[in-house]
Amino acid sequence: MYSEKVVDHYENPRNVGGFGKEEAGVGTGLVGAPACGDVMKLQIKVGADGRIEDARFKTFGCGSAIASSSLATEWVKGKTLDEAETIKNTEIAQFLSLPPVKIHCSVLAEDAIKAAIKDYREKTGSADKAAE
Amino acid sequence: MTIANQNQKPTAAQTIPGANVPKLPIYLDYQATTPCDPRVVEVMLPYFTEKFGNPHSRNHQYGWDAEAGVEKARAQIASLIKADEKEIIFTSGATESNNLAIKGVAHFYKEKKNHIITTVTEHKCVLDSCRHLELEGFEVTYLPVQQNGLIDLDVLRKAITPKTAIVSIMAVNNEIGVIQPLAEIGKICRENHVFFHTDAAQAVGKIAIDVDAMNIDLLSISGHKIYGPKGIGALYVRRKPRVRLEALIHGGGQERGFRSGTLPTPLCVGLGEACAIAEREMGAEAVRLKKLSDRLYKGITDKLEEVYLNGDAEHRIPGNLNISFAHVEGEGLMMGIKDLCVSSGSACTSASLEPSYVLRALGVEVEMAHTSLRLGIGRFTTEQEVDYAVEHLVQAVLRLREMSPLWEMAQAGIDIKSIQWAEH
Amino acid sequence: MNRGIYMDWNATAPLRPSALAAMTAALQEVGNPSSVHAFGRRARAWVDHAREAVTALVGAKAPLVTFTSGGTEANNLALNTRYNRPLIVSAIEHESVLRPARLAGAQIARVGRNGEVDVAHLNHLLDKAGAPAFVSVMLANNETGVIQPVAEIAHVAKAKGAVVHCDATQAIGRIAVDINELGVDYLTMSAHKIGGPQGVGALVLGGELPVEPLVQGGGQERNRRGGTENVAAIAGFGAAAQDAASLADSSRITALRDLLEEKLVAFGLPLTVFGRSAARLPNTTCFASGTKTAETLVMALDLAGVAISAGSACSSGKVRPSHVISAMGFDAATAGSAIRVSLGWQNAQADIDQFIAAWGRVQRAGLARSDDADSRISAA
Repeated sequence: MYSEKVVDHYENPRNVGGFGKEEAGVGTGLVGAPACGDVMKLQIKVGADGRIEDARFKTFGCGSAIASSSLATEWVKGKTLDEAETIKNTEIAQFLSLPPVKIHCSVLAEDAIKAAIKDYREKTGSADKAAE
Repeated sequence: MTIANQNQKPTAAQTIPGANVPKLPIYLDYQATTPCDPRVVEVMLPYFTEKFGNPHSRNHQYGWDAEAGVEKARAQIASLIKADEKEIIFTSGATESNNLAIKGVAHFYKEKKNHIITTVTEHKCVLDSCRHLELEGFEVTYLPVQQNGLIDLDVLRKAITPKTAIVSIMAVNNEIGVIQPLAEIGKICRENHVFFHTDAAQAVGKIAIDVDAMNIDLLSISGHKIYGPKGIGALYVRRKPRVRLEALIHGGGQERGFRSGTLPTPLCVGLGEACAIAEREMGAEAVRLKKLSDRLYKGITDKLEEVYLNGDAEHRIPGNLNISFAHVEGEGLMMGIKDLCVSSGSACTSASLEPSYVLRALGVEVEMAHTSLRLGIGRFTTEQEVDYAVEHLVQAVLRLREMSPLWEMAQAGIDIKSIQWAEH
Repeated sequence: MNRGIYMDWNATAPLRPSALAAMTAALQEVGNPSSVHAFGRRARAWVDHAREAVTALVGAKAPLVTFTSGGTEANNLALNTRYNRPLIVSAIEHESVLRPARLAGAQIARVGRNGEVDVAHLNHLLDKAGAPAFVSVMLANNETGVIQPVAEIAHVAKAKGAVVHCDATQAIGRIAVDINELGVDYLTMSAHKIGGPQGVGALVLGGELPVEPLVQGGGQERNRRGGTENVAAIAGFGAAAQDAASLADSSRITALRDLLEEKLVAFGLPLTVFGRSAARLPNTTCFASGTKTAETLVMALDLAGVAISAGSACSSGKVRPSHVISAMGFDAATAGSAIRVSLGWQNAQADIDQFIAAWGRVQRAGLARSDDADSRISAA
């Protein structure tokens, strides 16, 4: 029913936890809704070089949602914000072999990455972006 | 668990030698279906082989043997609910019984009456039958339930009109296990000259049923919910005062014309034996299951906070615990306890992602409904299995709460409702 | 106890060993196919596996098979899907088609004296119907074994926009049946006639067609038929379908049936074998000989250790002349004395000999007073 990769990420989730929201370089994305059965919190920590040096997540949801967010934290690490923004839900879904009814989990993970990046940019001011 | 290893006693736990671990996975989904009791299988087997005749072949020994088996079973079923054997009709299961009872009465009496009363927490097959009748022009009142899952008798009383043909209220709810006040409902229906049908699929063999004392006019029974085989059920149809029905399935005129089709002799015999066993053992079994159920509930609530029992704590069958584990999503939780076979919502709909309509009807918030599991224990559940279940369930909930952003917020004192959640 | 020899296979067939094995295994497992956990998935696998086998037996595709509680329900389900179309059925259909058809005001197509549906008359009814019809004709008759020209009927009817249902209950496992070659839209099967268990059957669809459910709720069988699947019986149906597909026994059975008829002829009594000039199932013979009523004969033969039947089992016990034989144009006395012998894989030549011996005793015993019950029983 669940692919091996989903089971692996569910049983050994990568990067569970969080950073202080006000910590320097941290961007937080909180997406989903309890009433829909899934909520993801994904945080990124951006280093001085503009690359994401670390990421954390917490997820309320099914195994596929947990796996999607766990995978997302792995994938964003080491990427620039622009690179991380290009991660597509279809890539997550394909990598985890999600069945059609679980595609929304990957969509949520993509949204979580984007929301975290947006939050980081808002906190650090648009100057950051303009400078690039 | 594979039941019915011929040499295995029905209540014996299979254990791995030297380890205090029951045989895995553990079946905790007794409201979805029950194992066929090995004693039932044993009684069925001869009817698959030497007594294979068509019970409607009335002119030779093969047919007579089959017929005798069917009629004995009919009497065993009747005895369990204190009915007369002539009042028992075999069907393919409780779903067909419910369809036949509700559509059958509605169609037969449609010239005079066009109103049906049921509740919002009925099994899908009752609700679907009622919706179908609405399309045909019948009027249906769907009674709400109170927070404990029980109907308000005054609301029922007020809903009855001179046009009401039938009241259909389930005896025991399949998701939350609550027992409706059958005798009181029956009394109200009888006083108002309205037929009372009850879907007793989850009740028969678990609680005492007396169709006369409870003024029940039609009652649906399922084989596979009471340790009998799947594919067989029964409908009790009262003879005095007589209930008339329009058949769903026409043909050879079997079952007094109420239900045509060759009776599946071995399945009928199996249902009969399951009823006979239930009649003998129900009392002791209920006591044992209450102890196990208390142990399960106490085990969980001793170690976990923010755990909520859904449905009335008193008026419930001992085999069912429907519990919300706040801030942990039910499907994710099920994956964490893969050695425990439980259900999130009813089996028929658990493949869908919608939260349970039964829990919603109780007023359980959608977000809380998403955190609910149904734990069903039964005849073959052991203490050892319950202890194992408690340990692993608690571990999984603690682990998932550590991973849950909602739990984190709740711990930090943030009201989840104060957050503007995005729709998706 | 010894129940004697069984020659009533069109009423029900003994369970095949493979079906018993599958059922016994499935009965010992717990699990609702709708449950997503391991137990549920195992139950689901039994059902899926059986669906493949049942499907293969009639050349259909798996999603197009709806399991029901038997042939009767499948026939009712098919007729429930006629959607206000005028209904045309043949006069020799099983009660599970005829009864609901009469309730729906159906037109009844005639049959010829050889037991075959009169295609010209059916064609006439199609023209008269005033709108595209719903036609239901069985593939092989349960009483005479006469095989109906279903492919021809489907061709004629569909050219006039009709939807066609075929009750193939008695034909399955006895002759090759292919839903696409027949060209019908709906086809009924029953497990217990092919050595599967009682309590399960199927309605097979010839394509992506609607099914208007009789039993609603739960969403099982793609919303075509509610209720927890009858897992063990379905597993048995699947196993029986696999075994039945080979038709391995059909020439041997045909030879036994022909031998029986030859020996009956040799008695020298007046004998009518119904539908003998038409194509028939290999295993079935239906005949009338002498003046005894069918009921008398069936009972006398039972006492002599031979289980046969008068007409179909569903109406056995009710003494009335066969509607099938009457529809073929025979008088009430002939129709009332018709008996059916139907064979299966467990029968051997010794059974034919035993039948003939018993038949001889019964005939001789009753020569004086044919319907005196006491003399009949003491003599038998």
